[in-house]
Amino acid sequence: MKTDIILAGVGGQGILTIAAGIGLAAVSSKLYIKQAEVHGMSQRGGDVQSHLRISDQPISSDLIPLGKAHLILSVEPMESLRYLPFLSKDGWVVTNTIPFNNIPDYPETEDILKEIKKLPKHIALDADSIAKEVGSSRASNIVMLGAASPFIDIEFSKLEDGIRQLFGRKGDDIVEVNLKALRAGREFTEKNR
Amino acid sequence: MSMNKLLLLGVEAIAQGAIDAGISGVYAYPGTPSTEIMEYVQASKQAAELGIHRQWSANEKTAMESAIGMSYAGKRALVCFKHVGLNVAADAFINATITGVNGGLVVLSADDPSMHSSQNEQDSRFYAKFAMIPVLEPSNQQEAYEMVNTAFELSERLNVPVMIRITTRLAHSRSGVGTKPTKAQNQLRLPSNPRQFVLLPGIARVNYKKLLNTQPLMSSLAEESEYNKMVKGKSKKMGIIAAGIAYNYLMENVNKDDNPYYILKLTHYPLPPKQVKELYDTCDKLLVLEDGYPIVEEMVKGFLNIGKPVHGRLDGTLPRDGELNPAIVAKALGMETYEGSPIPAIVRNRPPSLCVGCGHRDVYAALNEALEGYEKGRVFADIGCYTLGALPPFNAVNSCVDMGASITMAKGAADAGLVPAVAVIGDSTFTHSGMTGLLDAVNENSPITVIISDNSTAGMTGGQTSSAFGRIVEICKGLGVDPEHIHVTTPIKKNHEENVAILKKELAYQGVSVIIPQRECIQTFARRRKSERNA
Repeated sequence: MKTDIILAGVGGQGILTIAAGIGLAAVSSKLYIKQAEVHGMSQRGGDVQSHLRISDQPISSDLIPLGKAHLILSVEPMESLRYLPFLSKDGWVVTNTIPFNNIPDYPETEDILKEIKKLPKHIALDADSIAKEVGSSRASNIVMLGAASPFIDIEFSKLEDGIRQLFGRKGDDIVEVNLKALRAGREFTEKNR
Repeated sequence: MSMNKLLLLGVEAIAQGAIDAGISGVYAYPGTPSTEIMEYVQASKQAAELGIHRQWSANEKTAMESAIGMSYAGKRALVCFKHVGLNVAADAFINATITGVNGGLVVLSADDPSMHSSQNEQDSRFYAKFAMIPVLEPSNQQEAYEMVNTAFELSERLNVPVMIRITTRLAHSRSGVGTKPTKAQNQLRLPSNPRQFVLLPGIARVNYKKLLNTQPLMSSLAEESEYNKMVKGKSKKMGIIAAGIAYNYLMENVNKDDNPYYILKLTHYPLPPKQVKELYDTCDKLLVLEDGYPIVEEMVKGFLNIGKPVHGRLDGTLPRDGELNPAIVAKALGMETYEGSPIPAIVRNRPPSLCVGCGHRDVYAALNEALEGYEKGRVFADIGCYTLGALPPFNAVNSCVDMGASITMAKGAADAGLVPAVAVIGDSTFTHSGMTGLLDAVNENSPITVIISDNSTAGMTGGQTSSAFGRIVEICKGLGVDPEHIHVTTPIKKNHEENVAILKKELAYQGVSVIIPQRECIQTFARRRKSERNA
């Protein structure tokens, strides 16, 4: 068993929360994990990515080789396209459709979505609206994790445990909202894949 | 994977490794990718209970010297910085190899190949070679943890500081790490030779001979090291030296059950003569994989490049610059690689930028307006978030060279006749190494305008304590700046006109002026508010 995931977004969007959720689930599933992340200058609104590898065998490289990622999980539509050279032939792209526009030449959202729709295996969802529906606009990253969960080789209950661990310190209400967000994301993918 | 493993970044593994190796102090100045080592120790309850020193130093040189002092007193000290920080600490670092150590002294230098957050990709292993001390270069997080203890043991055994060299990729990659029981700290114990640390020429000559005489032992310890491992392959066509994290990229491409290569995993320097010779004698040709500069390749190849072929970064088998990755290594091995589809043309670059609401934005808006009557090309900036003022929409600065260079470059340009010349520097960079440059300017009453954009933190590295602690005005007065030409302003939109007027007036003044726009970093402000709400 092995899942190689590229997490993509913009500095400040919190992709490392998603990584932490998967990481906790992987550790409690007794899997090996390596997760390379970006700190420093790019975190100031630049494009950021994290390479997350989980496997039942020891992992050599901290970086995913080009063309080997099983999944690109992006919290921003344009960023989902930046890492396509890493995607394997039968890999999935799961992305939020809501743009994070902090540059003067950001393309038309419609054109980006057209480009995403050309990909043979993609899930594109408005995670912000789904997050609002379940009760917290701040849970959109967890909606995205849920939407990607069918492509991650970890039991869903372990991901739920990961969310409990991740948000436990913030109280039961926050945990509950994020569990709802996780399930809502998963449901979207199951209906639309 | 056993349950008691911790999921740690490479830098965090080093920090926990240092705590468990019985350090009494860590000394550091923030710099990507080394910052989180100190932050981990600062956040550690265990470190608090053990009374480990864990405050930031004003710069890398003061950090290095404090660590030497702790070593003098018999205790184990860790000093950490990024690769260019070692340039700042170099005077102390090189001379510490001549004094030798008393308590173990480990120097952690974090290199940044590909310059993710740096001005260059210099390779710290050259410094260690120059200083003639051992280097440990972990290939993974577990080794990073364990090597800290090994480094302290080597340091105390060989009587020299020992370097641990990491790169960005290992620093900021997370994996499971098993830990060991924490060792007791050393007792306070002065050096048995009271003149060991007195580097008068007569004593230094004796110490230096000792260092030279220790070199063969360093080599033989590298030969015996568990960290330098030979793996025999099925064929003798190619031998590979894989250093540090490059070993991972190699093994990503090698089937362990059907490995065609002889491989030397190199993570403990100096180069182990026995293993390198064995590899050379056994194989038809060699390939050297190393992240950073081709230092091992150069050594093995030699100036004359005679004998068996040695491939690597120097002959184009691998790119000469930038960090390695699995695909680059696969190509060097002559393997087929598959690349996913290309990046669609619609994808735009997204460079980093100053945060929305950041005070530096208001500073540049005011400065650009105040400079409207002057020809462009007179603003010297420094290292920090405000370097981003070089990019659109501000396009406001003309230099970013090294910590503190804004003030001194402005002075030099003013000496050459570029008047007014403007320096833009942050509070943390000012106390790091801007103060001495300001003293130079005061002593000559140079016609420069210095803007110390004070956000009360080291922002770019994530909001560490700034050594200024709100005393910038007092420091400037103490250095001799005329109080009439020191202005504290608040960089907000409402004050824009007033701030432009102050700048204009001081740009026209033929002497040193200091303008201190003060507003807390928007990131630390948000975090502080959040923790106050939660408290």
